[in-house]
Amino acid sequence: MTTKPIENIRNFSIVAHIDHGKSTLADRLIQKTGALSEREMQEQVLDSMDIERERGITIKAQTVRLEYPAKDGKTYILNLMDTPGHVDFAYEVSRSLAACEGSLLVVDASQGVEAQTLANVYQALDANHEIVPVLNKIDLPAAEPERVKEQIEEVIGLDASDAVLISAKTGLGIEDVLEAIVTRLPPPKGDAEAPLKAMLVDSWYDAYLGVVVLVRIVDGVLKKGMTIRMMGTGAAYPVDRVGVFRPKMTNVDSLGPGEVGFLTASIKEVADTAVGDTITDDRRPCAEPLPGFKPVQPVVFCGIFPVDAADFEDLRAAMGKLRLNDASFTYEMETSAALGFGFRCGFLGLLHLEIIQERLEREFNLDLISTAPSVVYRLRMTDGTERELHNPADMPDVVKIAEIAEPWIRATILTPDEYLGSILKLCQDRRGEQVDLNYVGKRAMVVYDLPLNEVVFDFYDRLKSVSKGYASFDYQLTEYRPGDLVKMSILVNGEPVDALSMLVHRTRAEARGRAMCEKLKDLIPQHLFQIPIQAAIGSKIIARETIRALRKDVTAKCYGGDVTRKRKLLEKQKEGKKRMRQFGKVEIPQEAFIAALKIDS
Amino acid sequence: MIHPTADAGFGVYLHWPFCASKCPYCDFNSHVRHTRVDEERFVAAFAREIAHNAALTGPREVTSIFFGGGTPSLMRPATVGAILDAVARHWSIAPDAEISLEANPTSVEAERFRGYRAAGVNRVSLGVQALNDADLRRLGRMHTAAEALAAVRIAADTFERYSFDLIYARPHQTPAAWAAELKEAIGHAVEHLSLYQLTIEPGTWFERLVAAGKLSVPDSETGRALYDVTQEVCARHGLPGYEISNHARPGAECRHNLLYWRYGEYAGIGPGAHGRLVTAGGRLATVTVRGPEDWLSAVERDGHGIESSEILSPEAQGDEFLLMGLRLVEGIDPGRFAALAGRPLDAGRVDALIAEGLLARDAAGRLRATEAGFPVLDALVADLSS
Repeated sequence: MTTKPIENIRNFSIVAHIDHGKSTLADRLIQKTGALSEREMQEQVLDSMDIERERGITIKAQTVRLEYPAKDGKTYILNLMDTPGHVDFAYEVSRSLAACEGSLLVVDASQGVEAQTLANVYQALDANHEIVPVLNKIDLPAAEPERVKEQIEEVIGLDASDAVLISAKTGLGIEDVLEAIVTRLPPPKGDAEAPLKAMLVDSWYDAYLGVVVLVRIVDGVLKKGMTIRMMGTGAAYPVDRVGVFRPKMTNVDSLGPGEVGFLTASIKEVADTAVGDTITDDRRPCAEPLPGFKPVQPVVFCGIFPVDAADFEDLRAAMGKLRLNDASFTYEMETSAALGFGFRCGFLGLLHLEIIQERLEREFNLDLISTAPSVVYRLRMTDGTERELHNPADMPDVVKIAEIAEPWIRATILTPDEYLGSILKLCQDRRGEQVDLNYVGKRAMVVYDLPLNEVVFDFYDRLKSVSKGYASFDYQLTEYRPGDLVKMSILVNGEPVDALSMLVHRTRAEARGRAMCEKLKDLIPQHLFQIPIQAAIGSKIIARETIRALRKDVTAKCYGGDVTRKRKLLEKQKEGKKRMRQFGKVEIPQEAFIAALKIDS
Repeated sequence: MIHPTADAGFGVYLHWPFCASKCPYCDFNSHVRHTRVDEERFVAAFAREIAHNAALTGPREVTSIFFGGGTPSLMRPATVGAILDAVARHWSIAPDAEISLEANPTSVEAERFRGYRAAGVNRVSLGVQALNDADLRRLGRMHTAAEALAAVRIAADTFERYSFDLIYARPHQTPAAWAAELKEAIGHAVEHLSLYQLTIEPGTWFERLVAAGKLSVPDSETGRALYDVTQEVCARHGLPGYEISNHARPGAECRHNLLYWRYGEYAGIGPGAHGRLVTAGGRLATVTVRGPEDWLSAVERDGHGIESSEILSPEAQGDEFLLMGLRLVEGIDPGRFAALAGRPLDAGRVDALIAEGLLARDAAGRLRATEAGFPVLDALVADLSS
């Protein structure tokens, strides 16, 4: 099997909002085409990480090759590229989409179009995809397929009259989906005789095989034993193995135009494989590389520190391992007076941050403290130079700064009408600028420009709480805008606490400062003396709370029989003091930092 | 004022673990038994455990003996006498030894006072706890205020010395009401009073009530006000505080308890008793089995009920010395801390606490908590010992 007839290949992805049934549909397609036996099926086959299955999200792109004998009597090869559904991973989405010719747009027939659906479907349209609308969960009593079809036409502008009605859960309509893929999506184009030209779609580290590279062949043939060259990095590797996912990795002799599969080639690190790079034949290279992707840039930063300083090396090793598989996550060492040794880490967004944190804690069994997330600011200095600021603690002297610019996003929020008022107020409070507001059936769709800085600070949680969880939200980075931003410091008993300093908009500083002082007042235990807690901009105090001195704590009864117990308590107390951080005379328990830095309150 | 010495004497603590009923605030090792307690069997066991301790310490002159509980006044006088005889057989008892016994102030128990005196007890400590009947009922006490004061009079007529306990910071108690009650109490107390702030201890009935929101005790601010009133009223009436919760006419301090606070040597006999024995191997901390019947069978089997005995590290001795010594108005000798702990106190911390006005150093170099330091002593000790 050197090459399949290219007209019998279909490469497609599935675009959907979380919970609308993308993974379940993928499971059904795999089952229906017999790629896995009943015994091998487990829920959400493609989401291989625990965290993916639990949260119902896909983080890494995955692919599976299905063989489908269609009603026209021919057997087709269907390559499903499963893409992440979240904006943080928009980059992964875009490169997966670039490897396909069409998409299934899956919409929950009872919920309708959500903010995330929109962002992803626009990306698919940008990639010139043919799109087949699929309405899922039509078995639910609340399903309103006609209304949702209208919505798709109205909001996205797609013809939904031929939408496929299915229930991925019961298996209803799966055959229709397969037929639609074959009949409505175009086959790939490519020249088997031309020099090899393949796109590096993704890569990851496999404990047994080393780096595995996911490729889409555009022209030519990829064979085991040939030497390939990465056109971007210039490195050449002999190919050890060529294969496809069914969804288990299965070796094949070669991959031809339009096919999707993997190769291994003694590549040491994922970092050696630039996603979007063009792979060609070292001896007969193609003339032009494929149009590449722009490299990903971390958008949100935060400090991650081990609770126990002794875990620092373990944390470093764990970060190294995660980075092997996720080149979009960056880290560099950082020291903090409050939290000791740790790392300043960069993420694609808040979900990415949360996932990395959770994986570090869960897969590597580490107890971590994370500082409040901050965005990347651009500073224009009075001497004309520009620099990026990743950590508020590194803020240069204000007299040397001519201007601070912050990243803005364009947010799309879909919400039931009754929560619209509160959501508009939330966006207004967060310095938002309304761009658009219209209705899609009973749901309102608002588009706002917002500073990302305001979004990383508990925006999701507020949005969830004001809409009782019904609003959906998505965003994309738009531009940097200069802003009246100031560094707010927190002082405990007159000593600045580096881990708590942050950049805020001047108009928001007082409210944020007051909230932080109030929180710390409850978190720092009483001492033998009174402790002022202050928020300051430069030398100006903008908020203040006082922890009163301890008034009475002495044990009433302490005789010969009590001393052992009292000593053990004292030993525990002393042990606890070791875990406290000293700021001048004040001892702040690490738990207080953890709680103060939590973004959700 | 008694002279603080490093060699504070040798004391014997004897624990009688039974009570007629369990008070809802009490977390002591006390047990209610509905069948008759075999006192002879206990006497024999006490004697064996005394012998075992004497073997550990070698010869000692006993300067104080304390019968605590539980309710030692449930013992027959003959039992008390037999136990004291055992102490005298294995160690020697100093002619001026203080021999105290805790008693409930009920009429039944007051009838036994003469017998205890005859057996050798020369001081009683009565658990009066409150001088109004409503609070006594709430505290689960089985006596009225009048009955308690009658028992106090009998004690005054029977023993050379007596003291009684009161509990303050009771639910809804105001500083003014407490001051009045305290003045009345001082009228009945000749030389010594123990005044304890009510503490909600884990595992007690009161803890459950507080958790269920059915009992509220004064907050720390009111607790502090009540504490301050206590110090002020007692000092004005000739019973200054000599320890956090103990007040005495100068010279009438409880010598046995001083032994604990001065970190002296004592043997702990009976169920759940703690001892600190000075042995060749170092300072030995002993703890006996808590359950009365388990202790009894352990003693009958092994000759003692000690379930844990541990030579204390210098660090632990330093901690215990600070925990106990700083409770006393006389304070501590930093030189003795250094000798026990194997390191001096952290000079920086000492100076900072002095600067805060919580600790004071006298001309002889002794360190003591100030008036401001006593109410926050636990935090002070935690700071000083770090």
